[in-house]
Amino acid sequence: MVSLKDLKKGVLTSLWFVFLTFPIMVIQVDPIERTVQWRWHNALYMAIGTFCVYLLVKYYQHRKENQTTDNDKKEQTATLIHRIIENKVQRNILIGVIATIAALFPHFFSVYQTNVMTTALMYVVLGLGLNIVVGLAGLLDLGFVAFYAVGAYTYALLNLHFGLGFWTVLPLGGLFAAIFGILLGFPVLRLRGDYLAIVTLGFGEIIRLVLENWGEFSKGPSGIANISRPGFFGMEFGLEQSILYTYYLMILFVIVTIFVVNRLQDSRLGRAWIALREDEIACQAMGIDKRKTKLVAFSLGAFWAGIVGVMFAAKTTFINPASFTFLESAIILSIVVLGGMGSIIGVIFGALILILMPEYLRALSEYRMLAFGGILVCMMIFRPQGLISNIRRIYKFEKNNKKAGKSEISSATK
Amino acid sequence: MDFGGIRALDSLDLDVSSGEIVALIGPNGAGKTTFFNCITGIYTPTSGDVFITPPNSTKNVSLKGLKPNQVTEKGLARTFQNIRLFPKMTVLENVMIGRHCRTKAFIFGAIFRTAATRKEEVDILETSYSILEKVGLAEFANEFADNLPYGDQRRLEIARALATEPLLLLLDEPAAGMNPQETIELDRLIKEISNDGQAILLIEHDMQLVMSLSDRIFVMDYGKKIAQGTPAEIRENPAVIKAYLGEEVDA
Repeated sequence: MVSLKDLKKGVLTSLWFVFLTFPIMVIQVDPIERTVQWRWHNALYMAIGTFCVYLLVKYYQHRKENQTTDNDKKEQTATLIHRIIENKVQRNILIGVIATIAALFPHFFSVYQTNVMTTALMYVVLGLGLNIVVGLAGLLDLGFVAFYAVGAYTYALLNLHFGLGFWTVLPLGGLFAAIFGILLGFPVLRLRGDYLAIVTLGFGEIIRLVLENWGEFSKGPSGIANISRPGFFGMEFGLEQSILYTYYLMILFVIVTIFVVNRLQDSRLGRAWIALREDEIACQAMGIDKRKTKLVAFSLGAFWAGIVGVMFAAKTTFINPASFTFLESAIILSIVVLGGMGSIIGVIFGALILILMPEYLRALSEYRMLAFGGILVCMMIFRPQGLISNIRRIYKFEKNNKKAGKSEISSATK
Repeated sequence: MDFGGIRALDSLDLDVSSGEIVALIGPNGAGKTTFFNCITGIYTPTSGDVFITPPNSTKNVSLKGLKPNQVTEKGLARTFQNIRLFPKMTVLENVMIGRHCRTKAFIFGAIFRTAATRKEEVDILETSYSILEKVGLAEFANEFADNLPYGDQRRLEIARALATEPLLLLLDEPAAGMNPQETIELDRLIKEISNDGQAILLIEHDMQLVMSLSDRIFVMDYGKKIAQGTPAEIRENPAVIKAYLGEEVDA
């Protein structure tokens, strides 16, 4: 099963790891006592640990290569969610179950849990917005949080200076973010891949730095406080009711977003985005206006970020630039990558996992980033297509069927 | 067409009328693909112009300086020498992309799925499917494009170009890398398309295919046109033979 050669390689690997971790794990310098402790037992643990992990990985690979039947089974379980979606009855049951859980959630869990869930739902919408840009149109955007900030500050400032309410600003915030999306889009039309990523990263930082340093405009790092919570036809809520209300609002937003993104994806525009991702030159040669398609992708993605930004400002009632750092962009991007690029269900799962997990694993909070990195590395090795990969819609077409439009929609794309 | 100090294309004039198959041949590096890139808007020619005459009109429309997508809209559709399909889209979707420039639905149409959009989608689907049937790929409609065998990928590229309703179809080495059987099928397909009144301009190295298909042939070398005429004339032309086989040296 495991050959001598593998064992040798394993020993070498573990020795190498012992060497790499030697300074941290073995040497401990005490600068006050002026002593150096040599903790050799740590080196031993390191060696044994690495060797075991190595054997596990080897075993896994071995099994994957040799047992194809086993592999098939695995693939089946992976597409379980796809099969449920394809089956109409099962899909409706699934939707019903999720809807019930979503509706009853606040009644069974504490206010704190509801609040956490609302945050997670906000990331679902953010992820779906970025999914348009990264997953569908294939434009790697590392500055997505900038649009989120634009939305949040639109609401905060308009509320502060003009006393505008949540519902008035909501479309405005989305619109402003979309305009910023186009502003960013213009200079980067020619760029792609790494170069695009760098420019968008810079754009994200520019927005944050402007907000941080332009004190008269944005009140700088001290932020804006006392932002109005969302109202309901002039009714005022207490804190607890308000949290409930925000939660249900967010559920509504998620549903609307899923609906819109799903329709966009299945349209002429959605196909153009995917074609753009697949091959830019061929896409243009087939008569697709590259410039327009890219700008629409940027602005539509930004629109959702702007909406969530307004929501965020209204939910927390206080914002400052520290909420819009690069880490935020990285998390949203991880949501899309982890969930599966271009896959709506995948992005929803990705957002829930990445946002809820750290909340419920508070005990491990110090190792949060470590776990985060570890998960992403494992993902790239074992499931590079994401948790739930996108399947393209299957068009069924029967000739002589005048109502092809009806028979065409046979399976949802998720 | 100049690239820095190199003149890649120099004095080449060529015309194609509807229902005709014209071939452009020449040794490697003669500038055939550069010529294609010039007329389809990927390069802007340093000087010279491209005209098309749309049906039901006598006015010439210039294509110079237009972007590739605008050129396609005006009625020039091309295939690529190295296949450029959209690999992670299905065969049918690849063809549907070709319909893009002939349809209109946009953000609002897509979101609200109005009656007009639905009708348009059905139209796209029907047209695309019938084109697939024409090139004989209908049974693979829901396969991913990169799962097709090589010859079929070439046919799919042609189908995709046809979906844009071109006035002139530009084929860049459609038979490259095909086995003899596939070449024969390709020959049949191109003839069929041509019988529908489609004007075709073809770059090809497979002389057998060129001779069997084309009504007229243009030969170029070092960016210049060196001969033009019917297949029979080209076969006998000393300049062509010289370009392909080198000059005869008298002993």
